Amino acid sequence: MPSRVDDTAGSGDASKSMIPLTPTLCGENLSCLRGDRLVFAALGFAVAAGGALLLRGANGSGKTSLLRMVAGLLPPLDGRLLWGDAPIVDDPAAHRRRIGYLGHADGVKAQFTTLEMVSLAARLADPRQARPRADQALADLGIAALAPVPGRYLSAGQRRRVALAGLLAKGARVWLLDEPTVGLDARAEAALDRIVARHRNEGGLVIAATHRPLDWPGAETLAVDRFAPTAGAAA
Amino acid sequence: MRVLILFGMLVLRDLRLTVRSGADSATAVLFFVVTVAMVPLAVGPDAALLSRLAGGMVWVGALLAALLSLDRLFQIDHEDGSLDQLALGPLPLEAVLLAKAAAHWLTTGLPLLVAAPLLALMLQLPAAGYGALAATMAIGTPAISLTGALGASLLVGARRGGVLIAVIVLPLFVPLMVFAVGGIEAALSGSPIRPNLLLLAGCLALSATVAPVAGAAALRGALR
Repeated sequence: MPSRVDDTAGSGDASKSMIPLTPTLCGENLSCLRGDRLVFAALGFAVAAGGALLLRGANGSGKTSLLRMVAGLLPPLDGRLLWGDAPIVDDPAAHRRRIGYLGHADGVKAQFTTLEMVSLAARLADPRQARPRADQALADLGIAALAPVPGRYLSAGQRRRVALAGLLAKGARVWLLDEPTVGLDARAEAALDRIVARHRNEGGLVIAATHRPLDWPGAETLAVDRFAPTAGAAA
Repeated sequence: MRVLILFGMLVLRDLRLTVRSGADSATAVLFFVVTVAMVPLAVGPDAALLSRLAGGMVWVGALLAALLSLDRLFQIDHEDGSLDQLALGPLPLEAVLLAKAAAHWLTTGLPLLVAAPLLALMLQLPAAGYGALAATMAIGTPAISLTGALGASLLVGARRGGVLIAVIVLPLFVPLMVFAVGGIEAALSGSPIRPNLLLLAGCLALSATVAPVAGAAALRGALR
């Protein structure tokens, strides 16, 4: 997979950057409001290139909200997100390019074949060499045989793998995974561990929300419920 | 250039989705045919009366038919998670909305445009009116798709969006209908239709500029 060009290089004041070579994704003092409930407040984290962060916490503690916040889909009530030393809101297009998001829903279309879905994800990210990247992603997830199968015939676990293959084919720098192992069997979980390890080796970042213990070497854990505001905490 | 290719990919994606779900693309035209075919049954086979109603009835039928597929324009993508991926894609949501509207026009507006003269023939529209009907439909249907996409974006995530969309979008269609039917009337009475076509084109320009910006804002709200 072609590695992406370091996209902090474009920012003008890269010279006085505090984190010179390895860009870090960090959140400072983040708070999140859902409806009229403050889900978390004063939350901070940092993930360096090659790093992994596992979000833990009870249902409703805000793991998904935090992932959507990092993706740029959910603006924080307070605080800010930084890539290197540049706020992500300064260049939303660049941020969208570096984000690969795997949500609860797999985005699988009944009418599209597996190959069509994955190669569309690849082509939208980069039209060059899209087909080989899509084929490789399918092979990495062990679903090469499903390439001509339309989405309507896929099982839940197979859909999850297709979504993961789409993520892989996009070739984004930052992976945001929301319960990535849901529906996956043991072999698919092993494949997930492999692609995550390879992604991190290539300098990628991973943030995953999970209930299952994921055995990723060097991964840090962030307990999201520690940041629940005490008054309205749903313990 | 790259932006245009990406835009084309999104339009093609939606075209394929609609064409492959088969029934969806044909439903609007069939609905159009059936509603307009009801008119002679309802008001009787009086040729003079029908020919006076023809322009207006064809336009009302087209507007109602265009509504049918609108509520699913973003709803399905929202429910299955594809809208998240589109929002994180290479193009801003404004362009995504334009691509969706373009695909809607190709799968719904264009078939309506083709079917309209045939239905007008059935309603005994006088010969002088066909040019005006085709011209007003050609300018009006893209505006319908754009305005409809705006309405659909406002309803993403809402329950019972299908009913609500009619309430939200039909009033926005009123100026289109007034200018279009006015144009057909003008053609029938031998007056110039240019003023009405220009007003319609103005509506198209307005919807093409407002709908992407307002619709993208609505989508961003729905994705939070």
